[in-house]
Amino acid sequence: MESLQKKARALLEAAAVKVVIGYTAGSDAERARPLFARFPEQAQQLIYDARCRQNLATYLLKPEVQALGKAAVVARPATLRTILQYAVENRLVDEAVLALAVGDAGEITELANFAALEEYLAKLPRGLTTAEEQEIARLTGMPLEQRWAFWHAELERCIKCYACRAACPLCYCTRCITDVNQPQWLPVASSPLGNLEWNVVRAMHLAGRCIDCGSCADACPEGIRIDLLNRVLAQEAQAQFGAEPGYSTRREYALSTFKPDDKEEFIR
Amino acid sequence: MPDFEPRIVAFVCNWCTYAGADLTGTSRIKYAHNVRMIRLPCTGRIDFMLLLQAFGQGADGIIVSGCHPGDCHYTSGNFHARRRWMLFRRLLDFMGVDLRRVTFAWVSAAEGAKWAEIVNTAAADLRKLGPYDDFPKRFVEKVGLFTVHREGEAPAEPNVAARTQSAEVA
Repeated sequence: MESLQKKARALLEAAAVKVVIGYTAGSDAERARPLFARFPEQAQQLIYDARCRQNLATYLLKPEVQALGKAAVVARPATLRTILQYAVENRLVDEAVLALAVGDAGEITELANFAALEEYLAKLPRGLTTAEEQEIARLTGMPLEQRWAFWHAELERCIKCYACRAACPLCYCTRCITDVNQPQWLPVASSPLGNLEWNVVRAMHLAGRCIDCGSCADACPEGIRIDLLNRVLAQEAQAQFGAEPGYSTRREYALSTFKPDDKEEFIR
Repeated sequence: MPDFEPRIVAFVCNWCTYAGADLTGTSRIKYAHNVRMIRLPCTGRIDFMLLLQAFGQGADGIIVSGCHPGDCHYTSGNFHARRRWMLFRRLLDFMGVDLRRVTFAWVSAAEGAKWAEIVNTAAADLRKLGPYDDFPKRFVEKVGLFTVHREGEAPAEPNVAARTQSAEVA
């Protein structure tokens, strides 16, 4: 933590960056909240521990953050993947952001460009965790009716707060389909059909793009495992198209391309 | 459920399947009358939201059909659609939607007989599966000048008329 504070302080003092986006203590012992440190003396408020789960890359595209000038961001591996996915989607140019990757032992690695990010990520483990894979397998193994009942009960708790959308770094459309009312694609109020449709839309619009940070489920006030919807699609996109979003700037979005011999045994 | 007749919504592309279904008709091939066709420019245009909307508005089954790979009028629309369907099917299955209710097919403009066979098979399967009551429903209501989307079963016709009239008077 001290090394992070020292690094942030040095960067701000040298004016190498205009803002350091990191974590600071939240409203209670269990929470951390984002900190936008713009002056060297603010660096001492930075923390980094198990509470710091939010994907801070979300802020990099906000106009009000971009207006501050060049940013350094305290980065978990998922944050680094987000930055590379932003590059693929032409949201960030190279060297626009300085990533401060925090290692397992708390050591800080400065990653100034996309190539450095790719190199850093190449050394880390990939894919879903065993627990996530088991949960997906457990649900997939259920009989159809039981699976429907499970998701129906889960999504019934959805209050349509769109915290998942706000927390997701890749939900950055300035006008979301949920905001469109001519035609009204999704009912505004929380209701069985609307909740189902919203969660399908969210998962599908992230299919092949989701960099697996889990921020959506962390943000859900009802604790719905909506990340599983994204993860099952990520698994499928990986198996079918070899999609691994967030690991390289040279990979295409799996759904904007195709292979003539994609599997089609389900088409009659 | 011997008397049940399923409602099938077919999303088809303008260039192949719609023309193919036209050929079914001009060839005087008789097929199940359960299908309502919606013609779209290309399978690439068939957004997954349209399928959800169809189920939400009372479809018991859905057929999605377009040009064979390589025959797309816009060169690659069906290839892109195919990738989307692969993921969409996985998601629906994971969420417990019965995939037997959604048929994907390639039907060219020359395959009038195949179209009849696709619809007949889907209708026969859906007769066995029964109505899709599990899926939450929505309906669209005209209230004066406004179109209002509501969830649940649509009220019987007179109710809607009465409400529309009172809104106009107000």
